[in-house]
Amino acid sequence: MSTLGSVVSAGFDVERLREDFPVLKQQIHGKPLVYLDNAATAQKPLPVLEAIRRFYEVECANIHRGVHELSQRSTAAYEETRAAARRFLNARSKNELIFVRGTTEGINLVASTWGRKNIKAGDEIIISALEHHSNIVPWQMLVEEKEARLRVIPMNDRGELLLEEYEKSLNPRTRLVAFAHVSNALGTINPARQMIEMAHRAGALTLIDGAQAAPHMPIDVQALDADFYTFSGHKVFGPTGVGILYGKAKLLEAMPPYQGGGDMIRTVSFEKTTYNDVPYKFEAGTPNISSGIGLGAALDYVTHIGLDKIAAYEHELLSYATETLTEIPGLRLIGTAREKASVLSFVMEGIHPHDIGTVLDRQGIAVRTGHHCAQPIMDWFHIPATTRASLAFYNTAGEIDALVAGLYKVKEVFGE
Amino acid sequence: MIDDLYQETILDHSKRPRNHRAMADATRKAEGYNPLCGDKLRLYLKLNGDVVEEASFEGSGCAISTASASLMTESLKGKTRDEALKLLDKFHDLLTTDTPAGRDLGKLVVFCGVREYPARVKCATLAWHTLKSALSGGDATVTTE
Repeated sequence: MSTLGSVVSAGFDVERLREDFPVLKQQIHGKPLVYLDNAATAQKPLPVLEAIRRFYEVECANIHRGVHELSQRSTAAYEETRAAARRFLNARSKNELIFVRGTTEGINLVASTWGRKNIKAGDEIIISALEHHSNIVPWQMLVEEKEARLRVIPMNDRGELLLEEYEKSLNPRTRLVAFAHVSNALGTINPARQMIEMAHRAGALTLIDGAQAAPHMPIDVQALDADFYTFSGHKVFGPTGVGILYGKAKLLEAMPPYQGGGDMIRTVSFEKTTYNDVPYKFEAGTPNISSGIGLGAALDYVTHIGLDKIAAYEHELLSYATETLTEIPGLRLIGTAREKASVLSFVMEGIHPHDIGTVLDRQGIAVRTGHHCAQPIMDWFHIPATTRASLAFYNTAGEIDALVAGLYKVKEVFGE
Repeated sequence: MIDDLYQETILDHSKRPRNHRAMADATRKAEGYNPLCGDKLRLYLKLNGDVVEEASFEGSGCAISTASASLMTESLKGKTRDEALKLLDKFHDLLTTDTPAGRDLGKLVVFCGVREYPARVKCATLAWHTLKSALSGGDATVTTE
């Protein structure tokens, strides 16, 4: 607790920040809401809600089209998010940022454009044992179509990738290495910089699934030297339905378009269509404008707090939670990597995660139960499911205490 | 109240499931799977003509699905195929509608609390979906999705 106190005194006032999140001020089943399902989706602060409201009140028009005033306003507001995303990821140019529906679409976009153009029979793509289904299935679909091969970096009992095995799997046929920056099911932070460098030495490109990293730590795609990096808006306190795909400019320029339609073209005739420049070449049709604008507000909001401060506070909170949870008899943490962010996945002896989730819910505590869209991880640990508490910067030590009390209640209900 | 869901009988059957074993001389077998929670269940039936002589199950799941499978296997004994399917319909109504529970449900009325927890209805019906598959003779895995 004293460590948390020191973070607060260093300028991280969690109680003040909680004021920005109206959803947190409610009772669930008569108890104060304790929201610990942030890895599924994060709550939205007032500036995001206000940006969406402002769009529909005074800016609503389609973008990149009209010469009228509202269209100018909506285009400017939407494009401002692209600029915010550039700052957020430290990309060189805002033309390297593509709006997508979320991380899933970001990965699918690369698989179906870069992948279909560049992957040939016999080529290899490497993923890791820690991946979310969204960073497994698009590559499986691609290798099946191309008669290429998918390889998987194994992990140890802590949920850490075995880098020596990764090194061995790299070879001249490796075209792409795709992995999560932070594991959604276990919280493992992968050594992204090192893994990217290893891929590059073997002549392969890299795609980083940043869905679980973006809300928790500063990201610098230039320092990482990532070729593709993608994240979801809704996990970083923005609206659902929008996300960002970063790609190095020279890669994006050489890639074929993703979907065909309006906005992605320069000229269209029945004989020949020429495509728009990047990033618009990948953005067919009217996008989710209001959510795009809301995402800009979210990125500015977390940047203003400071992702380094967020990371420091959450690290303390995670340490406190790890300590107090492991004191509960019969509770076993799944995923104990030395480098971890904001996820506490666990099982309790003789008690199924769904029963844990239901009893916690009746005490106002929201956690995720299930396989977390990462069935191969569950298989590896020989468990059908876990209970997952995932933290955000607005969570408090008091809420961890509520979780612990809730888990004792679970034991009371299901104990012998 | 959480006790309305986890009634004493449900907790008892989840901790000490009845008929929780494989059956070597089963005449019907079926597997059920709930992809949401990963629960898997294998149901064994021994039919004598049209009558369920014995029922047992293997697999592990949450308290609701385990207790449901346990109580189901108890309530099936001696029922004809048609009676078993009628019971399934009544059980499903108990979980999903406001109709008062009929007396013929017997002990199964302890699941009435599940109605208030829509996310848990599939836990309670997994065994019964599997029963339907077993009675129709299909050998495929049924899922709750």
